[in-house]
Amino acid sequence: MHELSIAMGIVKIAEDETSKANANEVIKIELVVGVLSGVEIDSLEFVWSSAVKDSVLEKAELKIIKILGKGKCADCDTEFEMENIYDVCPNCSSNFKGILQGKELKVKALEVI
Amino acid sequence: MCGTCGCGTGGNGPTILKPGEHSHSHHNHNDHHHHSDSHSHNHNHSHSYKQRVIEVEQDVLQNNQVLAARNRGYFEAKNIFTVNLVSSPGSGKTSILEKTLTDLKNDIPFYVIEGDQQTLNDANRIDALNIPVVQINTGKGCHLESDMVYDAVKKLEIKNDSILMIENVGNLVCPSMFDLGENKRVVIISTTEGEDKPTKYPDMFHTADICIINKIDLLPYVNIDMEKLKNYALQVNPNLQFFEVSATKGDGMDKWYKWLKSNI
Repeated sequence: MHELSIAMGIVKIAEDETSKANANEVIKIELVVGVLSGVEIDSLEFVWSSAVKDSVLEKAELKIIKILGKGKCADCDTEFEMENIYDVCPNCSSNFKGILQGKELKVKALEVI
Repeated sequence: MCGTCGCGTGGNGPTILKPGEHSHSHHNHNDHHHHSDSHSHNHNHSHSYKQRVIEVEQDVLQNNQVLAARNRGYFEAKNIFTVNLVSSPGSGKTSILEKTLTDLKNDIPFYVIEGDQQTLNDANRIDALNIPVVQINTGKGCHLESDMVYDAVKKLEIKNDSILMIENVGNLVCPSMFDLGENKRVVIISTTEGEDKPTKYPDMFHTADICIINKIDLLPYVNIDMEKLKNYALQVNPNLQFFEVSATKGDGMDKWYKWLKSNI
């Protein structure tokens, strides 16, 4: 369950940013999570409450912006939606592709007071 | 795991020990502080700031990646070729390592970092071969992170022009997201596992450079289609390079050794 490590990394970022801004707590946090990032959104939500306990995020509303996967075939240049990292090109069945989006895993914004 | 925040540090969190060492020096996690200590503040004062939005736009794994880059720079400067060995438990990471070290230790200086949740067992197996080794026990942690490797490397005092083998915690999911600063990531799968494993655990195969298929001496007794297995792996990562070996019998190890030698 690496989502707990991920959640702790998010807590660290929120603590640092809140302290830099001389704020006291976070009321809303926006995360960007790509479907190909390796993080299960369900698992992240599952560990969230124990990860944020006693931190500036304890009462924060959690908003997760999910980014769909998109790839571009390296052989025929077709752009296609990806649900899994192993999805093949729907046009020519090639395994070679560049991932255009879906690997994101970041803290986008914090609403603080 | 730390009782305050559950992050696997503190009480019985990661420890980094050499075989025979008994001090319980705790891994100093950069991320860690007890929030109740550092955030007590007086609420009687009036706040001069109102509710506002901070546009952070920061990658969650940035801290791990920065420390991994620091490791990588150190390895590069000292010409240390670093391999991160990953697999599910029981695929034969330690056996491949033992066989490799036994056969090549007179040609190449090796160093080893062992990662497990508990015990010094693996480090003791490596220590028996007279190879410098440090064991990281992650406690409840399911993977190694770059700061643990940084601390372990300091303990190893690695010489120039050598190979560092990092045996990650046996887990085919979590270690995939954590760059340790390695040159190459080697995923190991054995013939006793299902051939569709690469598509079941795609992230690990996607981030690996090399795939070692171990236990090929058992092929007559197991129901596995090697071509199918490779095709599944190539579907996830078309750039994977394969070695088919038996760590216990020694079959196929020569090609793996040749590849290792070609990298230093």
